[in-house]
Amino acid sequence: MSASAPAGTDSSAPHGHPEEGFFRKYLWSTDHKIIAMQYLLTGMAMALIGGFTVYAFRMQVAFPGESVPGFGQVTPGAYNALVTSHGTVMIFWVAMPVLIAAFGNYLIPLMIGCDDMVFPRLNRLSYQIFLLSAVVFIATFFVDGGAFGGAWTAYPPLSTKPEYSLTPLGAPLWLIAVALEFVAFLIGGINFVTTVMNSRAPGMKMFDVPIVVWMIIAASILFMASIGPLIAGAMMMLMDQLAGTHFYDPTQGGDPVLWQHLFWFFGHPEVYVVLFPALGIVAEVITVFARKKLFAYKTVLYTAIGTCVLSFFVWAHHQFVAGIDPRMANVFSVTTLLISVPIAEMLFVFIATLYGGSIRLATPMLWALAFLVEFLLGGVTGIFLGASAADIYFHDTYFVVAHFHYTFFPIAFIAVFAGLTYWFPKMFGRMMNETLGKIHFWGTVIPFNFIFIPLFITGASGDHRRIYNYNHFPDLARPELQDLRVLATVALVVLLAFQLVFLVNFFWSMRKGRKAEANPWKANTLEWAAASPPPHGNFAELPTVYRGPYEYSVPDRPDDYWPQHMPG
Amino acid sequence: MLTRYVEAASSYAQDIDGLITLITVLVGFWFLVAQAVLFGLIFRFRAKQGVKAQYISGEEKSQKRWVTIPHMLVLVCDVFIIVGAVRVWTDVKQTLPPADHTVRIVSQQWAWTFIQPGPDGKLDTEDDIKTIDELHVKEGATYHFQLLSRDVLHSFSVPAFRLKQDAVPGRLITGWFKPTRPGAYDIQCAEICGIGHGIMAARLFVETPEEHQKWMEKLSPVARAPTPQAEAEQENTPPAEGASAGAGAE
Amino acid sequence: MKPIATTRSATGIPTGRLAVWWVMASEIVIFGGLLAAYVMHRLGHPEWSNQAIHTNTWLGALNTLVLLTSSLFAVLAHQAAEHGEGRKAARLLLATAGGALVFLVVKSFEWSHEIAAGYTLTSNTFWSFYYTAAGLHAVHVIAGLVIMLVVAADAAKNRELQRVELIGLYWHFVDIVWIFLFPLLYIAK
Ligand code: HEA
Ligand code: HEA
Ligand code: CUA
Ligand SMILES: [Cu+2]
Repeated sequence: MSASAPAGTDSSAPHGHPEEGFFRKYLWSTDHKIIAMQYLLTGMAMALIGGFTVYAFRMQVAFPGESVPGFGQVTPGAYNALVTSHGTVMIFWVAMPVLIAAFGNYLIPLMIGCDDMVFPRLNRLSYQIFLLSAVVFIATFFVDGGAFGGAWTAYPPLSTKPEYSLTPLGAPLWLIAVALEFVAFLIGGINFVTTVMNSRAPGMKMFDVPIVVWMIIAASILFMASIGPLIAGAMMMLMDQLAGTHFYDPTQGGDPVLWQHLFWFFGHPEVYVVLFPALGIVAEVITVFARKKLFAYKTVLYTAIGTCVLSFFVWAHHQFVAGIDPRMANVFSVTTLLISVPIAEMLFVFIATLYGGSIRLATPMLWALAFLVEFLLGGVTGIFLGASAADIYFHDTYFVVAHFHYTFFPIAFIAVFAGLTYWFPKMFGRMMNETLGKIHFWGTVIPFNFIFIPLFITGASGDHRRIYNYNHFPDLARPELQDLRVLATVALVVLLAFQLVFLVNFFWSMRKGRKAEANPWKANTLEWAAASPPPHGNFAELPTVYRGPYEYSVPDRPDDYWPQHMPG
Repeated sequence: MLTRYVEAASSYAQDIDGLITLITVLVGFWFLVAQAVLFGLIFRFRAKQGVKAQYISGEEKSQKRWVTIPHMLVLVCDVFIIVGAVRVWTDVKQTLPPADHTVRIVSQQWAWTFIQPGPDGKLDTEDDIKTIDELHVKEGATYHFQLLSRDVLHSFSVPAFRLKQDAVPGRLITGWFKPTRPGAYDIQCAEICGIGHGIMAARLFVETPEEHQKWMEKLSPVARAPTPQAEAEQENTPPAEGASAGAGAE
Repeated sequence: MKPIATTRSATGIPTGRLAVWWVMASEIVIFGGLLAAYVMHRLGHPEWSNQAIHTNTWLGALNTLVLLTSSLFAVLAHQAAEHGEGRKAARLLLATAGGALVFLVVKSFEWSHEIAAGYTLTSNTFWSFYYTAAGLHAVHVIAGLVIMLVVAADAAKNRELQRVELIGLYWHFVDIVWIFLFPLLYIAK
């Protein structure tokens, strides 16, 4: 395992402890903070793959047939494989590990005031399985026939029969990799949930738990509850691929649409699985930088629970035109639109939190506010898709692609940057550079809009997804549409270039940044009661909790914050 | 609204466009209000020296109103959208108006075969007209389509008609459309179906009744020598890449 | 050395038991998904009953009995562990494990006959479901068997006695899954 350890793990070493060797301390550790770093760095490395694949296929779309610098000719097969890998990597090996596993592992024990997860070795096992899944996934690029190209949704019979997909090894390996990842997160999730239920600091009641912890727990439970049928479905698919069964083969009594139901029964809750931790991060950052109590803490929890429950009843909105009974579409249209209510309420709560605040636009806060600004557009465009009749037109167009990038990008990058810049001082004991942080912020948010606003327009004009060259479609080959595609690609290249600023800032600040105090942002939650960075075991003295996490600007107090562990 | 980007050429295209406009207005309103409030608050409550933030729990009824009332209103908007969506959906997908003609659409990796009845008006007879990657239909007539797939999933998509329907192997899916505007339009495959998904294009020709009659006569098998398309069909080979028949016929 | 986190119990439920419950919850949805898929297919294919008559109901019933008996031993083992009688708990766990073994032997006997008669994994989707569902269950039986032996070895030395209860819980779960599988695969004909 040492050979495949994530690049850069060593550079996270602040100063070596003489009593523990490098291997024990960083690669075989059971410390939740080290495991969080492993997840984070692996996620970042995978983000590079996700970014590179999108670069290659966007270049092909913008300049069809031309050799892409750094990649070469993008053949139709390669295009499909790139799109599939991009989607899979970004969701399963970037968003999930960074948002849930990295932040979850880092924050849960610190924020509930204990020294580690309840099952540290299980935690390590979870990461090892995850790493294995990533390795298996990367291997699909190098096997005979190349990587799987049947889209991240892997609809059969394309995905089950090599004579259709032309990737006899890529397809099953892809499935195995994804399934291993599921197992890693199941194990991790059980650990998270048990830890928060049982190991909270003395005095910490249900409603004293910070929102981000609640959100990660809600996400873990949602994941656990929705993934089961897909694990069963993946088993059946693997047997179709390798053992010659016919679960999804319509010519032999199977049913290809069954997979779609199993996939989306998981797939829709999954989007909230990644959304929730992001919302949690945003809640923490907004309250700290507005010096405000979170507006209606309990409402946030109830809306989260409402969203979880509803999310199990909307899956078929991905299948309106897939050949399901048309009467079902009406039911799913209703549930889908209803889900806008709790999510709207949650966003309104965050906006309302700003009222009467004392807002400081430091980098983490910029990211958190940008999350709200951008996610709103992603959310409202979901309504167009949820209205069954409108989705007849929009289904599988770039409008859908733009919709879900306006949700996913804010989640997987904007919120993650908010979280990383906010907790960086805790993680590494040093501050990040504000100027570089702001350059990176504007250099990411502006190009981001220039990528996906044009794609809303091409989508509305009829561009459908997963097409390597629109010149085959006379109506879509219009030059004004091609200009928009080129614009999106150029903006992507700009965005990617600005990520270097982040990487430089991140790794430079880790070693050379200004030293941070234990509580540089003057925040209330328990992690700031530990030293920066916290030692193994976290707290010099395990804290006791006296109040909720958001007591900022309490009247008649000299300070505008009141840490949870401070008596009196 | 949508006609700015794509033509509307079927009877129900307007209905769908109307629904999309309705959603744009309702949702756009909320989007703008939310953004305006968000930016407004950011500017209004920037940190100032010596000004402390207020302490508002948001748990009291009088405060909570600020989010509960908007969220009730959102619910009302949802109801309007749902009613609109269900009405249009019922028209387009759930009912089948009586057909003037029926066309069978067979999808396969990576070509479309369209089978129309010949002069006798019946499918599965000697005089059926088969075309590959081009479909000729008559303006103003109501068509039923029977959608089939020979191998994997495909999706029959005609943006100008606002029509989209997946083809599922092992099932026959019936739907309808009524062309209202003569012209040539794209037919796309909108479901990934392997490496040729990106070339699985076809062309749809909406013709006036007279033009359509002429086309029928030309292709009616009673009088016809085997066309290149029909030959390709028999050998079951998809056309070579880029040979978009529709584009050639224009 | 265990972290302090592991020794806390804010809910009052021991951490191990809590975790096993969550494991079971996530397993329930896996089996639930598989069985729901099977039931949907089964309803759509009444002709599968012609295949289902070739399953051996008597052996299935025998195995149900075996599992139920072994669950009983697991309960007794838990009781012994509660009283701190590690050796007795270990012996009872071994009896449970014996049940698991018998179950697997009967199962392989059954399968080899069915395969010899030409009903294989690929002969038809009914049989695919049959082998997949029972196979997944059998994997759980094997896993339970291995864990049981490990726990018994510790218990015999009076160590980690709380684990006797945990493996028992898991074993009841495996048992209950079978109680669903048995009518669905063997009795519905
Ligand atoms: C994290 C990611 C994420 C999130 C949060 C969402 C959120 C939503 N999504 Fe999205 N979606 C995806 C990721 C996501 N989606 C992905 C990846 C796909 C495509 C998968 C694929 O095919 O590859 C997809 C596809 C998709 C489809 C299928 C499209 C198709 O293929 O034809 C639909 C259809 O209903 C849909 C709907 C919605 C809705 C209603 C929401 C809602 O949750 C949004 C709720 C939020 C708001 C509504 C905004 C706030 C509210 C207001 C400002 C008030 C005003 C609102 C009203 C008046 C209603 N999504
Ligand atoms: C989390 C999910 C996620 C994210 C973040 C992205 C990010 C991006 N996506 Fe992706 N995309 C998907 C999920 C995602 N995508 C999915 C599920 C599909 C469907 C696949 C399918 O059809 O099967 C898809 C498909 C898809 C398409 C459609 C292709 C087609 O149908 O032909 C396009 C086209 O433009 C596209 C573009 C982009 C772009 C330009 C970005 C840019 O925003 C990317 C920017 C990249 C980076 C910013 C990475 C580098 C950054 C760092 C290294 C910084 C450090 C990292 C950390 C701190 C974590 N994506
Ligand atoms: Cu056929 Cu895509
Ligand atoms: Cu969805």
